[in-house]
Amino acid sequence: MRLLKLVPDNTNLPFVSLRVWAFALTMLLSIAAIGLTVTRGLNLGVDFVGGLMIEEKFATPPHLDTLRATVDKLNLGEVRLQNVGDDKTVSIKLPPPKSADKGATDAVVKQVQAAISAKFPDARFSKQDAVSGKVSNELIWKGALAVVLAVLGIGLFAIFRFEWQFGVSTVVAIVHDVLMTLGFFALTQLEFDLNIVAAVLTIIGYSINDKIVIDDRIRENMRRYRKMDMPQIVDLSVNETLPRTVMTSLTILLALIALLIFGGHVLRGFTAAMILGIVVGTYSSIYVSSSLLISLGLRPDPTKGDVPTGKTVPSEGMPTKKR
Amino acid sequence: MLDFPRWKIASILGLLACLMALAIPSFFPEDQTKTWGWIPHPHVNLGLDLAGGSYLLLEADTSDLAKTRLNAMRDQVQSEMARAPAIDIGDIASDTGKISFMLRDVSKVDAARERLNKLTAGAGLTGQRDWDLSVVDSSRIVMTPTQAGFDQALNQAMGDATEVVRKRIDELGTKEPTIVRQGNDRIVVQVPGLQNPQALKDLLGKTAKLEFKMVDETPVDPAQAAKGILPLGDQILPYDDGTPGTTIMVKRQAILTGDQLVTASQGFKPEDNSPIVNFTFNSEGGKKFARITQTNIGKRFAVIVDDRVITAPSINTEILGGSGYIEGRFTVASANQLAIALRSGKLTIPLKVVEERTVGPDLGADSIRAGVLACTIAVVAVIIFMFVTYGRFGAYANLAVIINVVVIVGVLALLNSTLTLPGIAGFVLTVGTAVDANVLINERIREERRRGRSVLQSVELGYKEASRTIFEANVTHAISAVIMLLMGSGPIRGFAIVLLIGIVTSVFTAVVFTRMMVVTWIRRARPTDITI
Repeated sequence: MRLLKLVPDNTNLPFVSLRVWAFALTMLLSIAAIGLTVTRGLNLGVDFVGGLMIEEKFATPPHLDTLRATVDKLNLGEVRLQNVGDDKTVSIKLPPPKSADKGATDAVVKQVQAAISAKFPDARFSKQDAVSGKVSNELIWKGALAVVLAVLGIGLFAIFRFEWQFGVSTVVAIVHDVLMTLGFFALTQLEFDLNIVAAVLTIIGYSINDKIVIDDRIRENMRRYRKMDMPQIVDLSVNETLPRTVMTSLTILLALIALLIFGGHVLRGFTAAMILGIVVGTYSSIYVSSSLLISLGLRPDPTKGDVPTGKTVPSEGMPTKKR
Repeated sequence: MLDFPRWKIASILGLLACLMALAIPSFFPEDQTKTWGWIPHPHVNLGLDLAGGSYLLLEADTSDLAKTRLNAMRDQVQSEMARAPAIDIGDIASDTGKISFMLRDVSKVDAARERLNKLTAGAGLTGQRDWDLSVVDSSRIVMTPTQAGFDQALNQAMGDATEVVRKRIDELGTKEPTIVRQGNDRIVVQVPGLQNPQALKDLLGKTAKLEFKMVDETPVDPAQAAKGILPLGDQILPYDDGTPGTTIMVKRQAILTGDQLVTASQGFKPEDNSPIVNFTFNSEGGKKFARITQTNIGKRFAVIVDDRVITAPSINTEILGGSGYIEGRFTVASANQLAIALRSGKLTIPLKVVEERTVGPDLGADSIRAGVLACTIAVVAVIIFMFVTYGRFGAYANLAVIINVVVIVGVLALLNSTLTLPGIAGFVLTVGTAVDANVLINERIREERRRGRSVLQSVELGYKEASRTIFEANVTHAISAVIMLLMGSGPIRGFAIVLLIGIVTSVFTAVVFTRMMVVTWIRRARPTDITI
């Protein structure tokens, strides 16, 4: 049977020659991401800010203004309403209660739920999160630490296993991926909570995966074609691994899109982050990590002779390149 | 390459079959599987975000513990010094967190030290005591609580508190709550299926310290009382009905405490059916109660719970049986709550809820449905894609993916791990990344075929070269999953567990299992060409 071939054999796309443009684009996007995160800020969930989040499901989409007024009347502080999932489900966010009394949070919850049930009798309780300021501070710290540890851990692994240039380029690429994710969340103002931190950690893991595959091929080609210069090797390696990159990205994207569409609203932010991460990760594997390898001066060792991998086969030799 | 001996094939298939079988019980509801009797039926735990329920993080008020220890030691010093031959001391000051008092007779310093040393105990492993004794200016004794002593007391108190919490939650009749200590001052409580955490939080918020104290009727000038100047050994406590200003003066020393309580239950007063709390003391408490009621007829005593006076009845007759009832402004619900709290023992240290997450049952069920649907669609999409792209080899990969998913469920059940909503997302992700291994292998095989190698050589090289990359890629996946496991909370840990199990099983199914199938086919069919 004829099989689907999304990427034709022996592609020869000139990835490396675009790298100056790509570099400019990357810098632009990174600065934009940092700028957005700093100025517009992230829509931090109660996990990181502390406070109360009550989610209610209504039979018919409620009038948000009426709802806001109902809760506002209770004088509990700034109320933030948001539709989650569909327009029948609303999340109501309140700051931590001012009183330090043990029962304060419960009293607030009771008040809010009573007020809402009075005005909207068809409201049903969906879920509730109450996080004290102390715990939310810990969660921010833990989350940031986890991401830093992951980046460092993987960077160290890369440095020990391969040459140092691989370690550095990998770490830079991952940091770029994390920055892009933050920028995305600053731009879209999707809720940034603990689930997103988990998504970031997963993106780091996946992104590394991608880079290792390309790096592996680069090293293999460096051993094989010792007389070739680095940009050519990188180009060759990226082209050779292109089918795999495309296939894997597509399968994971397929799975994630299924999750995005059918997976309910609770994980929507998480799934969106993952999808972005896959796309950004693939881009950074080619244009951040591999380009950096060239810039950091990695090159094959011409003193040792050509060592082709595997058994000698008549059709072995330098691939024909049209340049 | 063709060396796949029969026994190897058998053991691989056997292992996979066992793991898959472990997954079966999880697809049936729990009540059904209980009837299977001797057949082992491990189940996957559903996390709170899928089953609905409450998660509470309780934190102990450690400053309260320090105060309690201070007061207790202060009372002990008082009675120890008063014991014959009494050592005369001045007022005991305890406001700075230390206990200090003057010795009237300086020559008694050593005797005093000896007596006080007996009150302290060893703390920790280093031979330190839990209180430090020092003499200042040769006539003032200062006792300072040590950190080691405090830590030990905290540890003990947290252990006791956990038990009390467990008993109180048991009273609510919830199914399979999880109560676990976290760190040195926190307790994690997870109650699946709990719909109204309010009742639970009210219950946990009560320290339930019960005390009986004699009321002191000597008239006192309110202005003096407001300044805190009271007759020796007295204190002022508020009434529980909340009206401000209603206070009562009682002797500080308690005549009976909840420690001597055997049981308490909610009942109704025979005269007017108002809710009351019945209680029964143990024999020691009963005897004391009898003695006090015998010698104090006509006087009042106060029933105090958590430093608030519930009621202060007069003693009309002696009570010999050791039981009685407390009446106050109770409703049936509040009387029941107090009875439960008294029954389960007092919390020696107050607990505060610092984090709480509750998921309603509707959302939980919705999430499961959505998650399973998404997972199924993802698997189907990936299967179609793989088959269309790699043909027979794609089909082998697909079989590996399906087996992988079932095996992960089986391992989760075996480990009695908890499946959370992010965990289901983890399944979806694992499906995507498991396929990656096969993509790597198949692409490599394609490449080697293009280079002109034979079928056998291509397949062998494909598996060999790709394995190294697969291994390294999975190690890095594992690093980030382990970090999530260590630093994450409930739902995220569920995600990390699925990822980690998935990494191990997917390498096994994607590499070993598919290789076994490919080899078996090649051995039988001996193809000269393969479509891949």
